[in-house]
Amino acid sequence: MDLLTLLSDGFATSLSPFNLMIVILGVTAGLFIGAMPGLGSVNGVAIVLPLTFVVPPASAIILLAAIYYGAMYGGAISSILLGIPGASTAVATTFDGRPMAQKGQAALALIAAAFASFVGGTIAVILFTLFAIPLADVALAFGPAEEFALVLLAFTTFVGLGGDDILKTIIMICLGLVLSTVGLDLISGQPRLIFGDLPGFYSGISFLVLAIGVYGVGEVLYTIETSKSNPTVSNAKITFKDLYTGIKTISSYTKTMSIGSFLGFFVGMLPAAGATPASLMAYGLAKQTSKKPETFGDGNIEGVIAPETANNAASTGSLLPMLTLGIPGSPTTALLLGGMVMWGLMPGPMLFIDQPDFVWGLISSLYTANVAAVLINIALIPLFVWALRMPFSVLCAIVLVLCIVGGFAPNQKMHDVWLIVLFGYTGYLLRKADYPLAPLVLALVLGPLMEKSFRQTLIAEQGNILAFIERPLSATFIFLSLLFFIWPLVGLLRSSKREHPHFSSKRPDFLKQNS
Amino acid sequence: MINADRIIASLIIISSLYFMWHAISLPIGWNGIEGGPGGGAFPFWLSIVMLVCASIIFWRSSSGTKFQKFSFDTTMIKPILLVAVSLLCTVGLISFIGAYIAIFLFLFWYLRVIGRHSVGLSVTIPVLTPILMFFFFEVTLKIMLPKGVSEPLFLPLYAKFF
Repeated sequence: MDLLTLLSDGFATSLSPFNLMIVILGVTAGLFIGAMPGLGSVNGVAIVLPLTFVVPPASAIILLAAIYYGAMYGGAISSILLGIPGASTAVATTFDGRPMAQKGQAALALIAAAFASFVGGTIAVILFTLFAIPLADVALAFGPAEEFALVLLAFTTFVGLGGDDILKTIIMICLGLVLSTVGLDLISGQPRLIFGDLPGFYSGISFLVLAIGVYGVGEVLYTIETSKSNPTVSNAKITFKDLYTGIKTISSYTKTMSIGSFLGFFVGMLPAAGATPASLMAYGLAKQTSKKPETFGDGNIEGVIAPETANNAASTGSLLPMLTLGIPGSPTTALLLGGMVMWGLMPGPMLFIDQPDFVWGLISSLYTANVAAVLINIALIPLFVWALRMPFSVLCAIVLVLCIVGGFAPNQKMHDVWLIVLFGYTGYLLRKADYPLAPLVLALVLGPLMEKSFRQTLIAEQGNILAFIERPLSATFIFLSLLFFIWPLVGLLRSSKREHPHFSSKRPDFLKQNS
Repeated sequence: MINADRIIASLIIISSLYFMWHAISLPIGWNGIEGGPGGGAFPFWLSIVMLVCASIIFWRSSSGTKFQKFSFDTTMIKPILLVAVSLLCTVGLISFIGAYIAIFLFLFWYLRVIGRHSVGLSVTIPVLTPILMFFFFEVTLKIMLPKGVSEPLFLPLYAKFF
């Protein structure tokens, strides 16, 4: 079978000793990043991305994907041992993971989280492998009109499904798009928005500068504010007997794991959703379908299994639209996309034709990353317990230094470092005022594609705006975009008659950092 | 109490106007000959959308209490400001005394004064970090970090490693 040949070719790339080492390194780094409260996959990828120039692009993307994966596993560790989610994606894991640790079942909870992540990740990678080629084939028919309509659809999902204040979401999308226009005009080549002829702005604002600012500096400030005192770390020791009992217990929950995996994968594909809502939805669904729903919140193992399968499945799911359509499914994949563009690779259907070694090397590395993550996760638990006792101030200081030097390294301009500080402070304040940051980063990454496809279509059609709805695929995307845009308005109208909590600006704190 | 939501909305309104002012240096209307909008249209009209949304937020926050929220842990303002100012000073110092010395000073200040760690830890991390940075960036990646007036100190190292 063709698919198996491609996959086995991919394994030839990903199983080379160097790439295998990269996967192990990435997964271990990701596990630590994910386990540290306040730092998630998006922060890890943003901080490490500028340092990946040392390896070739294929290995760099494998490294970043491994960090992404590892962080998804690692998030559960601090959820269970500290009661603080290591990343927003592991919020739902605290609901039952922490009570389990308090009851002396920390080892079982950690094993459950690791194996559930493994199952979720593996099922999602299989689904990814099956869907990748058909989706890339559909995307081959895309012209600029479809590209524009698809990007528009990605943004409107934030408005329709994001759950944040709609006006603030729209502002963030527009701000990201405006920032993406800084530099030289794509069509005429004239400089625009260079703010008083500052030479640093001629090359535009790199997505990396915004991401390091918002997710590095901004995150550190947020962590300082929210972590006044160091919490107590539960101890966990894992013996082979625990491991055997744990796996035996978990394997009886196939239904919960299947729900989490499939739900996570499909929710993860949506740009506005991602791993955090997926894990919360899986938790809710597991509770509804459980035989003992009343024990949820008191340390039910299903409450750990469901969100952990879902968040790992979602992280793989969000890679699918990024790789096949060139539209990222989460802020982390937006950074991966930006990184690929920086290395001269254009994500999208043509990548499957032009660079099959790269694509299938990456896909197959997800299989190896899964195996590596579960093994390293279990083996290094004593090390995580030790690392979680590290004072926040040491971590914050090191992250800030990495932001400075990491921001300088790609272009070697102090201008970028100043911008990182500016974006960091602004991002922190915007986050405090409930402005969602994920649409901002996504808009900066997708902005150039959106503008280029919009203007290319109009130039080709002599200014005929109806061109966007004359092509069936593009018309479908535009129709869906309108639906997502109108949906919350209908909700607002209904809520004005009857107070509806969903459409208020209130949103739990842990959902603010969408990843 | 000052409504922070209103302050942020005002800043966005000002930024939108500033972006619009810069965007109009390029055509913002429909280009009849080539078809499609001019070079300044995208940033201009998106800034208008921002302006309108921020104005509604401003109006909304003045008219009711429902949307007013900006909880801030006041006891944490001092450490946050301290870190924010330290970072600004460090970035400012990089151009003059170089990244290595500036980062050493930043880490020592952060760990010893802000973090109140032991002298041992407050010296070990600031000393080790620039050494690792040198080997990673300069020796491995061949990326020169800014050195400012400390450049002559690095000449013997350049001679040894390059």
